[in-house]
Amino acid sequence: MTLKRTDVVIIGAGWAGAILAKEMREAGRSVVMLERGPERSTATEGTYPGSIDELRGAIRHRLFQNPAKTTVTIRNTVNQTALPYRQLAAFLPGEGVGGAGLHWSGVHFRAAPDDLRLRSHVIDRYGAKFIPEGMNLQDYGVTYEELEPFFDKAEKVFGTSGEAYRVNGQIVGNGNVFAPSRSDKFPLPAMQDVYTASLFRKAASEAGYHPYSLPAANASMQYTNTYGLQMGPCNFCGYCSGYDCYMYSKASPNINILPSLRYDSDFTLITDAHVLKINLDSDRRKATGVTYLDQRENRETTIEADLVILAAFQFHNVHLMLLSGIGRPYDPISNTGVVGRNFVYQTITTSRAWLSENQFTNQFVGAGGAGVAVDDFNSDNFDHGPLGFVGGSPIWVNQAGVKPIAAALNGGGKSAPRWGAGYKAGLVDTYRHSLAMDAHGSNMAYRDVYLDLDPTWHDSYGQPLLRMTFTWKENDIRMNQYVVGKIEPIMKALGARRYELGRLEHGEAFDTRRYQTTHLGGGAVMGTNPNESALNRYLQSWDVSNVFVIGSNAFPQGMGYNPTGMVAALAYWAAYHIRTTYLTQPGPLVTL
Amino acid sequence: MMPFPRTGFRLLAAFGFILATQASAQTSSQKDLLEKGRYLAAAADCSACHTHDATAPYGGGNPFRLPIGTLYAPNITPDIQHGIGSYTETDFSNALRRGIGKNGKPLYPAMPFPSYARMTDADIHALWIYFHDGVAPIARSAPDNAIHWPLSMRWPMTLWRWAFAPTPKAAQANAKRDFPSDEIARGAYLVEGPGHCGACHTPRALTMQEKALSSDEGDAFLSSGAAVDGWTPVNLRQDDRTGLGRWSENDIVAFLATGRSKKGSAFGGMSDAIEHGTQYLSTADLHAIARYLKTSLPARKHEKPWHANPAIAQTLREGRLPNAGSRIYIDRCAACHRTDGHGYAPAFPPLAGNPTLMDKDPGSLILIVLRGATVVPTQKAPSALTMPGFGHVLNDQEVADVVTFIRQSWGNSGSTVTAADVHDFRNRNAEWINTPPPKPFN
Repeated sequence: MTLKRTDVVIIGAGWAGAILAKEMREAGRSVVMLERGPERSTATEGTYPGSIDELRGAIRHRLFQNPAKTTVTIRNTVNQTALPYRQLAAFLPGEGVGGAGLHWSGVHFRAAPDDLRLRSHVIDRYGAKFIPEGMNLQDYGVTYEELEPFFDKAEKVFGTSGEAYRVNGQIVGNGNVFAPSRSDKFPLPAMQDVYTASLFRKAASEAGYHPYSLPAANASMQYTNTYGLQMGPCNFCGYCSGYDCYMYSKASPNINILPSLRYDSDFTLITDAHVLKINLDSDRRKATGVTYLDQRENRETTIEADLVILAAFQFHNVHLMLLSGIGRPYDPISNTGVVGRNFVYQTITTSRAWLSENQFTNQFVGAGGAGVAVDDFNSDNFDHGPLGFVGGSPIWVNQAGVKPIAAALNGGGKSAPRWGAGYKAGLVDTYRHSLAMDAHGSNMAYRDVYLDLDPTWHDSYGQPLLRMTFTWKENDIRMNQYVVGKIEPIMKALGARRYELGRLEHGEAFDTRRYQTTHLGGGAVMGTNPNESALNRYLQSWDVSNVFVIGSNAFPQGMGYNPTGMVAALAYWAAYHIRTTYLTQPGPLVTL
Repeated sequence: MMPFPRTGFRLLAAFGFILATQASAQTSSQKDLLEKGRYLAAAADCSACHTHDATAPYGGGNPFRLPIGTLYAPNITPDIQHGIGSYTETDFSNALRRGIGKNGKPLYPAMPFPSYARMTDADIHALWIYFHDGVAPIARSAPDNAIHWPLSMRWPMTLWRWAFAPTPKAAQANAKRDFPSDEIARGAYLVEGPGHCGACHTPRALTMQEKALSSDEGDAFLSSGAAVDGWTPVNLRQDDRTGLGRWSENDIVAFLATGRSKKGSAFGGMSDAIEHGTQYLSTADLHAIARYLKTSLPARKHEKPWHANPAIAQTLREGRLPNAGSRIYIDRCAACHRTDGHGYAPAFPPLAGNPTLMDKDPGSLILIVLRGATVVPTQKAPSALTMPGFGHVLNDQEVADVVTFIRQSWGNSGSTVTAADVHDFRNRNAEWINTPPPKPFN
């Protein structure tokens, strides 16, 4: 066992970790970053054409966590026995330098102002009784206005492409009419519409909705970011989600932040370092550092640090807090404790239109972050009063490139045969002439949906697995059905030959076998009340003030938007307050 | 195993450490002198040759594989036994400017003493102070040279020196010749003196000496040299097609400061020169170098100016592939370098009009296609953008086809490359082709 010391230790080399590492180095602090997985670089495994091997990539999970080493257990309800998630399917946690920031698609949203104070907003508009029994509806404790400079900062690091609607209160472009005012335009112009996106834009307009270009961290032009780092322009090759971009055009920590730290002698990145726990002092009010397993040497190593930044994937952050004894674990029976509370997901279903045989949708092209969306049924952009549910969904065509194996697995739609000539005909027809449309919705938090340590199952390191208790709830199923109903007018305006609407059914349970989304959230949420949140509004542990926990674990609810933009803004927000306040005066940034 | 791009930054960190520990004992003028020496060591690119292991700056050991055998750059740290710790300043000056080691032993002209001969006494003094007081001693020696007889004997080097190397007195007098401005004089001093650009970029005679050591010695100066490790140094004169005729002053400055510009990105040995040397030069000195280079005349008097020809781009855009090379280009190259060959400079360099691609020697282009290339990360541009190598997926004919396509499209003019040429190139350069290129973390 060797001992080392650093000012700041950062767990996880994804977006949150990379942002905090850069900020802490700018503040002059020495940084050690620990990443469980291997080194990842565009110049080696990201290199064309090997990087776009679908079998090795998305199918055999080249960039993802190996569940044989550690995973989670899952059950739907508290009275069931959870079992390990042994094959990645419903969600895909990343592993290696870049983390989820390497394999993500690139959709780069800011949060909607109403979503950040959802509980207050719902009570203001619809009254406290509107909130269903058992729903833990909460505010983030931070407003859009407070976060705006950090959304802006992140976009300029990511090289985000998009079209603004309102800048400093003035309407400047054809962007999202529901989006809040910005302090600046996007650093790059919006990605161009692929054919299906252009059809959706037209049809959504005809249906009376307000289409806009998805904000994409896929560079529409070559770009040099805040840190002097370069991106190439996206060529719509269609290998974003699940892949590392060989064109340097999808933003990732590997391309947009880490190269500026690689040659800094006060920054050390240690890969293959699986953190076992954050060490606390005897009265458990202060972290002393972390202990990790060096997986190459199979040796436990302890690093001492003044400040610990927990910046792993959402559920790994919660897992490490539980394993380390940071914050009180949540108990749904007594409704006490906060770590594991408000575990949330997103409610996403896909609908499909088959166009005429003269319309070729060329689904092999695409970009993970690009597309056209409408926000008319997202957030609180529509009157929920008569509807009786909380939440909403953007609707979009986000043609990200359909790869051959994925296309074969999709086949010809729900009603098509799964084999033989009918399957082949359906596959060809679908691949050439169809387009997919998502309702990408919110997911609320509930008293009996949560994370805790599994009483039975252990990982290969001998530590208890994290247990997920999750299923779909009536509020979110009704939200989904309502929004999917609003897709129908778009299908009609498209002149679709036929269409299938994808929606959740009443009583439907969460099915782990089918990919839905990797946008997991909550479990260690931010807020203003230590009885309802594990972190204060600066993402600092209420209990151990030299631990900050950065990630979508901080979201009290799952929002309709993709989480990365919010995670990046929260990372810069937390870093700003660490730099301006915490480092000069260590201790709780919020006292009650 | 060292990750390759770290060297320069580590060196800089090491300099900082040594400087810090010695600062208290030094007056500010000594510190200024040491800083000046450090700057000149970058300008003279000493570490590109004398640092093989990034954790041992100037500890020597870099191999030079020459037709006459393998030379190893010696340890030039102030270690008494293994380095130059026993040198006096006169010994140091003699080594740098005369090519004479301590005790009169002649140096192989891989050491660019014919260029360093131009350096002023004041600059040599600053370098001496730096290598004496500013560099940490390293107690290790480079391997013995493996030079074939008769050149393994050092005495012929003395004859060579008498015949071809200028005396410092003559070189310094030449450095004081008339220039249009002080700035251009400064640029000439840096290029012809410490920068020793001609060591690679000027052709050498059969007897190995550079055909010209300064701009007044004829048009051979900087008109492109023989291949080094498989890379062909480009013509730095104002030739329109094969030189820097269409590079602006700012293009040259950006290239030397960051390893990339609107006109092209560095590769091969130039990456080392930028990594260890030019990126640390002041903006004023980089402009001086660029202005000086812009004063040169073309070496090839009848070269037709390059003009973009959009015909092939239009053909490709219409989905027509006129030859095998164009098909490979579309599959492998066009995503970054585009059908019009303009690339997305400075991220992805242009091929249309790029002088290195129109050189009569297609070696650099073949080697890049086979092995790939990484743009050197620098302080101002840390992105080590990497082109993959295609040596494992393209056969000789395919490499020849795509290289010929690139050399003859968009207005480019270069000779046709055949499968036999590629085969021959692969045989001659197996060592460079088969050495895995350094993999940056980017």
